Amino acid sequence: MIGSLANSVLRESRTRDVILVLTAIVILWEGYVWIFEPPRIFLPPPSAIFSEFLKTPGIFVRHMGYTLATTATGFLLAVALGVIAAVGIVYSRFLERTLYTLLVALNSVPKVALAPLFVIWLGTGAEPKISVAIMLAIFPIVIDSVLGLRSADPDMLNLARATRASPLQVLMKIRFPNALPSLFAGMKVAISFALVGAIVGEFVAGGNGLGFLILVAQGQFDTTRVFVSLVLLGLMGTVLFYGIDFLERLMLPWHVSQRSDPGATHPAG
Amino acid sequence: MKANSDAYVRISHLGKVYPSQRGDVEALVDLNLDIRPGEFVSVLGPSGCGKSTLLKCIAGLEPVTSGNIQINGRPLDGPPDRLGVVFQRDVLLDWRTILNNVLLQAEFLGHKRAAYRDRALQLLQRFGLQGFEDRHPWELSGGMRQRASICRALLCDPELLLMDEPFGALDAMTRDDLNLELTRIWQGTNKTVLFITHSIVEAVFLSDRVAMMSRGPGRFIDVIEIDLPRPRALSVRETQEFGHYTQKIRHHFAELGILQE
Repeated sequence: MIGSLANSVLRESRTRDVILVLTAIVILWEGYVWIFEPPRIFLPPPSAIFSEFLKTPGIFVRHMGYTLATTATGFLLAVALGVIAAVGIVYSRFLERTLYTLLVALNSVPKVALAPLFVIWLGTGAEPKISVAIMLAIFPIVIDSVLGLRSADPDMLNLARATRASPLQVLMKIRFPNALPSLFAGMKVAISFALVGAIVGEFVAGGNGLGFLILVAQGQFDTTRVFVSLVLLGLMGTVLFYGIDFLERLMLPWHVSQRSDPGATHPAG
Repeated sequence: MKANSDAYVRISHLGKVYPSQRGDVEALVDLNLDIRPGEFVSVLGPSGCGKSTLLKCIAGLEPVTSGNIQINGRPLDGPPDRLGVVFQRDVLLDWRTILNNVLLQAEFLGHKRAAYRDRALQLLQRFGLQGFEDRHPWELSGGMRQRASICRALLCDPELLLMDEPFGALDAMTRDDLNLELTRIWQGTNKTVLFITHSIVEAVFLSDRVAMMSRGPGRFIDVIEIDLPRPRALSVRETQEFGHYTQKIRHHFAELGILQE
């Protein structure tokens, strides 16, 4: 109890520190623009960015919603497909040699370059954007899931075998729960990748999303609007990341990284 | 031909060879041992002598290279019925409570959890874990965790209990406690136990017979009957008879250059 209390206080003070630093940056930025007066087209002050948002908040929120939906859909599909692929890779020598090798090889290709291809294949709607998001997000999911599924304790697996556990039981009761911490680590990387994928998809084609807004504003040399979109993107990415972090805390209270102070709770034995 | 019924576990001419890149490695050579029903037998030997390999063979986890193992008169093919296994590490699942960890045995064997709940609680109580049923393994000490893993092995009332250095990682005092608890619980049952250890004192204290194993490749050098009255208290270890047994074993190992005298 004392440990978790100390932990939450620690987290609160961390949030406070982050807010302090961000405020300082905004003040310095505002001050710099006031004193040195760089051209607006290069660097608008934070106050201008904020009032630009207030001019048409509805438009920004709508496009942000679009990007959010694309990102979330791509991410969730990447998790589902990635975990299924990982199970296949761990259980089948054939899939390990083919699919896994192929995935690792494909991972070294700059996948963003494939985005235009998806537009040709899938048009200018949400599909190509979701596809690019999946393509970017699925790699960390697969690789971390495979790692987690494989890291089950060999003695535990022996025990299961000696007790005649079925392969499905071994997967569901040992391997999968054991892989969750690793899967969450992969998801934290994947959520940012999904967002990148969604934006790249919007850059390439279509008339929706923050990526589209940035492109349009850039075409009109409206730097302030570019900055509004960037700030919103940053906020969205942060919220998504901590959303997964929160979910991890909720689902894995047993994992080492979540325990406040394992030493203190040990009774004498 | 009906197999001889006075052995629960019959190991005959058992050999195990591991293939490796630099040729085959002999792990076990011509092991012969009969374990009577309800008998407590320890296999005692230095590390790397193949004790754990022997246990894995009996548990049906490793195929044997030559010879054979019979359990209850039937040749072994795969894990035997009514088996409980305890390893050196407790291998409890961190995301399950202690009670649910114990019940895992029933789930794996395809039994209904509900039918074993009472028995699990009873076992936990007998091992002094009442009040910890809903705790998670990481909240418990090493000794308590190992107690829970013994409860798990005992849940479905096994006839054969295989224990691979179960107390090897515990401190001396906890180890004494668990030695005592194990004999106490074993005595009330008629379970056959094969106990692997590298502690001479532990082997003599617990066992009806001690099978001594030598290293590289593993073979039995002697099987010693321990004729000490039961129930045994820890103080039996200070008696002359007890000293006589440990001395004899130590001497045996020393002759083979495994121990210094």
